[in-house]
Amino acid sequence: MDVVLLSRLQFAAATMFHFLFVPLTLGLSIIIAVMETRYVQTNDELYLRMTKFWGKLFLINFALGVVTGITLEFQFGTNWSRYSAYVGDIFGSLLAIEATVAFFLESTFIGIWIFGWKKLSKKAHAAVMWLVAIGGNVSAFWILVANGWMQHPVGYVIRNGRAELSDFGAVITNKFAILEFVHTVPAAMVLSAFFVMGISAYHLLKKQHVAFATKSFNMALIFGLVASIVVAATGDMHAVHVTETQPAKLAAMESHWETQTQAPIVLFAIPDEENEKNLIEIGRIPYLLSLLGFHDINAEVKGLRDFPKDERPPVLITLFSFRIMVALGTLFPLLTIIGMFLRKRLLDHPWYLWIMLFSIPLPYIAIELGWVLAEVGRQPWIVYGLLKTSDAASPVASSQVLGSLMAFILVYGLLGLVGFYLIIKNAIKGPEPADA
Amino acid sequence: MVLEAIWFFLWGLLWALFFMTDGFDFGVGTLYPFLGKSDEDKRKMINSLGPLWDGNEVWLITAGGVTFAAFPLVYAVMFSSLYTALMLILFALILRGVSFEFRGKVDHPAWRKVWDACIFIGSFAPALLFGVAFGNIFQGVPINQEGIFQGNLFTLLNPYGILSGLLFVALFLVHGALWLAIKTDGDLHDRAAATANRLWPVLLGVSVVFLIATTMFTPLYGNYLAYPVLFLVPLAAVAALLGVKFFLARQAYFKAWFSSAATIVFCTFFGVVGLFPNLFPSSIDPAYSLTAFNASSSPLTLRIMLIVVILFIPVVLVYQIWAYFMFSKKLTEEDLSLEEAY
Repeated sequence: MDVVLLSRLQFAAATMFHFLFVPLTLGLSIIIAVMETRYVQTNDELYLRMTKFWGKLFLINFALGVVTGITLEFQFGTNWSRYSAYVGDIFGSLLAIEATVAFFLESTFIGIWIFGWKKLSKKAHAAVMWLVAIGGNVSAFWILVANGWMQHPVGYVIRNGRAELSDFGAVITNKFAILEFVHTVPAAMVLSAFFVMGISAYHLLKKQHVAFATKSFNMALIFGLVASIVVAATGDMHAVHVTETQPAKLAAMESHWETQTQAPIVLFAIPDEENEKNLIEIGRIPYLLSLLGFHDINAEVKGLRDFPKDERPPVLITLFSFRIMVALGTLFPLLTIIGMFLRKRLLDHPWYLWIMLFSIPLPYIAIELGWVLAEVGRQPWIVYGLLKTSDAASPVASSQVLGSLMAFILVYGLLGLVGFYLIIKNAIKGPEPADA
Repeated sequence: MVLEAIWFFLWGLLWALFFMTDGFDFGVGTLYPFLGKSDEDKRKMINSLGPLWDGNEVWLITAGGVTFAAFPLVYAVMFSSLYTALMLILFALILRGVSFEFRGKVDHPAWRKVWDACIFIGSFAPALLFGVAFGNIFQGVPINQEGIFQGNLFTLLNPYGILSGLLFVALFLVHGALWLAIKTDGDLHDRAAATANRLWPVLLGVSVVFLIATTMFTPLYGNYLAYPVLFLVPLAAVAALLGVKFFLARQAYFKAWFSSAATIVFCTFFGVVGLFPNLFPSSIDPAYSLTAFNASSSPLTLRIMLIVVILFIPVVLVYQIWAYFMFSKKLTEEDLSLEEAY
């Protein structure tokens, strides 16, 4: 296999694995900070137990997120050196700012939070958790500005054979990046809320820790409701912006082959990329693509056939990841709205608790597929319109990359299993008894 | 020109701070199987690092990020050239980080043994390999005109590279033993202090051999001979190293640890000053070397990054120093009985 393909597989494995842990870190840190703040305000021991219990699960998850993040920062150099040399002037500075401004904050204060229970006042300790939460979410902002630049490069000039920064303000106010941020961070909150609700549902189904689980569930429910609605709204805005900035991605998301006005949406399709058409199409809704993409039923939507073959993203993956993400993204507000009606008598509705327990993986699937859509849909470009992925890899031997890829799969596979086991074990065990 | 030079030394400073802070974590982790006789000792050792190691590791992320931001070509060529070595370091750091968190989560001897082994490997391997990597940078790496590395992992494992690796290990072992002496009392404290005393002459010996070998294997002394005032840097390193012994003999472990921190910083700067302006010298032809001037970012990026660093690094230093003060007292029973402790 060639170096580019192996490096892509490795990057996909490393990033997707890392992103199993990141969203929970982003969202749950805020939820825990709120719990601890409530404890400081009310002096109610229940909030302290909530902080401690969810904090324990948070820390197992956090450890995996942190260690798998280190490799990502270095992989641009090890595996994508041509990319790094070409865009480092802009992209590298965003990563460096992320570390300096945000990651230091998060990593230093998480240590203080873990070991500082007896050394700090209650208020100071709660404030430390807020710093952790702020650090994590500000970190997400800089990473998404970096990714947003790959999706839609702005504020640069091509000089000295590379992309050089010309307008820093344009880079950090890149609409693409901002939309990614307001879509991804609330999505992380949805995932975290479903995590808390699902585990709480488990204990409610077993009729144990009822007061604890009810309070946790209801707090997460509010976060989940608001965040899932925001995710849907920003998702729509994001798709409209993709239509403008990445027409090939849009065409692939919809498996839309022929340029036309009053373009329809096909609910389900199986693309035949060889013959540039869809093998199967089910559920054709006229005008809808023009309407959704441009908010105008007469708008012309460019089809895949009008893009050169070597500038089309893989249609099947892009289409399916988009479809499944949207379906799940529609489900989350519905589930939380139902929850709002049942929240006062959760114990009377075990069917709902079962659904919420088994819904824990769904936001994980949705958020990973969102990234698959963003990254695979951008292909063949690594920086949209500027640099192709095939021109970006390092001049290293494929045996080296094969070796590291296998190490990644082995080590991450094992760590994933261990982390999964520890989180489930501690989640099932439930909170410490009240008097502890 | 000035901007590039400033960034060159900031680059060196960030690596020095990383070695100074995470260095004692590596040292304690390497001493772990030797000084951690009982489970309680082991817990004391990892809990002495507990609140700090994660923040320390971010200096590495920042050093890497700044390499990317200020010298993208160096970032690209250095990390792809050192591919296998860097991957080994990263996997080691992954294992170390999760081991701290996972070790205490299941009460079973076999479970703890696995993570104990990972803590040792995850501390020793980076200490050694960072030394090997920097030793190779000091003597030059076989990169051609296109910046493509003409070698493999074993090219890096040459005598001077290994010597440099041993120097790093020795520096971090002393640094870690001193930290343990600060953080613990009783038997473990006594053994940590004795270890620092025993390792100091070894460190001195390795340092002398290293300084001599550097004249034979590297061009580092070129800058020093051109500007003899620069010899103050290695002299400061030697003075700090002697200071370690001086304070150690008086059982002033805090001062000894500060001296050891200074030793690490001045040692790093000994190399950095000698390298200037090279960041990644080619051993094939000096014309292929990547320098602060031919591999840097645009002046605009360098200026913006300089503002970011000047604004935020002092803030980071303030809260990290605060954290160090908070957690510099000896570990107590209460610390270890904390539900969240490792």
